[in-house]
Amino acid sequence: MHPAFSVIFFTTLIGAAQGLYLALVTAEVLTLVGQVPAQQPRSFYALGAAISLVLLGGGLIASFFHLGRPERAWRSAAKWRTSWLSREVIVHPLFMGLVFVYGLAHFVGWADTPAHWVLVALGVIVCLTLFVCTGMIYACIRFLQEWATPLTLVNYFLLGTASGFTLASAFSAWAAPQLLGIYAPTAIILTLAALLTRTASLVRNAGLKPKSTIQTATGIKHPKVIQKSQGFMGGSFNTREFFHGKTPKFLRSVKWIFLVLTFLVPTVLVSVGLATASAALLGLAFAAQYAGLIAERWFFFAQANHPQNLYYQVIS
Amino acid sequence: MTQLCLVIDLNVCVGCHACVTSCKEWNTSGHAGALVDENPYGTEPTGTFFNRVQTFEVGEFPDTETVHFPKSCLHCEDPPCVPVCPTGASYKRPEDGIVLVDYDKCIGCKYCAWACPWGVREIDEKRHEMTKCTLCVDRIYNEELPPQDRKPACVMACPTSARLFGDIHDPNSEVSVAVRARGGYELMPEWGTRPSNHYLPRRKTEIKIHEDELQRAANPLKQEVPPAGGVSIGTSEDSFTA
Repeated sequence: MHPAFSVIFFTTLIGAAQGLYLALVTAEVLTLVGQVPAQQPRSFYALGAAISLVLLGGGLIASFFHLGRPERAWRSAAKWRTSWLSREVIVHPLFMGLVFVYGLAHFVGWADTPAHWVLVALGVIVCLTLFVCTGMIYACIRFLQEWATPLTLVNYFLLGTASGFTLASAFSAWAAPQLLGIYAPTAIILTLAALLTRTASLVRNAGLKPKSTIQTATGIKHPKVIQKSQGFMGGSFNTREFFHGKTPKFLRSVKWIFLVLTFLVPTVLVSVGLATASAALLGLAFAAQYAGLIAERWFFFAQANHPQNLYYQVIS
Repeated sequence: MTQLCLVIDLNVCVGCHACVTSCKEWNTSGHAGALVDENPYGTEPTGTFFNRVQTFEVGEFPDTETVHFPKSCLHCEDPPCVPVCPTGASYKRPEDGIVLVDYDKCIGCKYCAWACPWGVREIDEKRHEMTKCTLCVDRIYNEELPPQDRKPACVMACPTSARLFGDIHDPNSEVSVAVRARGGYELMPEWGTRPSNHYLPRRKTEIKIHEDELQRAANPLKQEVPPAGGVSIGTSEDSFTA
């Protein structure tokens, strides 16, 4: 597939925002059960929610660049019964609203009421639903075999939460250092777990056997069928949308870049950042991981081999 | 229930692209507005087509066959492009099974194109709406056209009658009979979307010639020519006069 940067920014930004929200909630729950001293000021949660909201908003803006007719975007909530994209379109603004109310509750000091915990629980449910919707948009297209696996959902969840907790580590080092001892190790654990599942999907995809072949695409049952002409000499939507247009070597480079930037560099930087309590190092860890995730998402699209490409092999 | 479809006869398609150009001509003149064409006379022409003719070579030289292969929307009975559409712009008509796009509802997210294994949907890069074969829905019910012209433009244009049009659910329709009698098949049946368009396979054109059709036992010519160096026998005039 041709990687669309609008979707790359959308999925990576909201993943980090969802992870950050879950990190804030984690701290709040741990404070409630007494695992963490109640030291962090209200503004910590309010500001955290604001950062999450900015990322979610950035994602929303990025997603509009994917649409040919953004003025009709409101229509896309219609088919939630069948379309995961439609479900995401509903759940994403709903989550933004809940994060906004969550931040507001902390800002004005409503956070000690039972209603607040209902809000938190609702926020977590919607947050997890959003991960499922985003993952299922890709995993439900069964003939894009690289995507059609539960690993897609697991990776979206773990990569999002890993980057969110890395961001939370940097944020806490600056705003609530007593939480660093929770966020930084969790970020490392999530990053390593994501490394495991992302590697699993890389291994799976490397061994995939395409179900569609030139024989099933044309119905000609001969072992040797080659295309002599795709029917036109210029490009078309079919030759642009479904090909990444890069060399295999370029793809391999991107793979190693994302493996290093998303997993190795943040693990090292967060460890050192935890030891030295350096907000700058942890901020750098998030920046590296986010850059890595952009490469990861680019690779995720580029690696998916659409069966329609069987029909567009040769110009003439 | 009706399911309109095309049946493409690969045995007689000569790859002339008449269906491609007539499709473009009809659909670029339609109610929905022109189909985009960018740099039509430049070095990198690009534009929307609902129908393409591709060419494949089968076999190893010198035993090869050239197969011309028209491809347009297959109007699946269970179309994977329809449920993914977030707005309902992509839909399948219950009355005749045609898969259509309501252009006014389309947001141009291209998700339906991702969800089609055959790549038959093309975004109109000027209108930013998804477009596809309509099975000439604006011809086949068009009462301003004479009844014999109420067929898809590609079917009308085909000089070798390689394109049949009809209801695949009617067992006695031209398309059903052709599919049944000549081994019509679906493209990429592995995805279970039940494409209603079918393809008729190539057939070997062989004439069985028996030896006696080339060498007739009672060939009079054969008997007029004396074998070299031998004595002629039979009914030549010489035999009588000798």
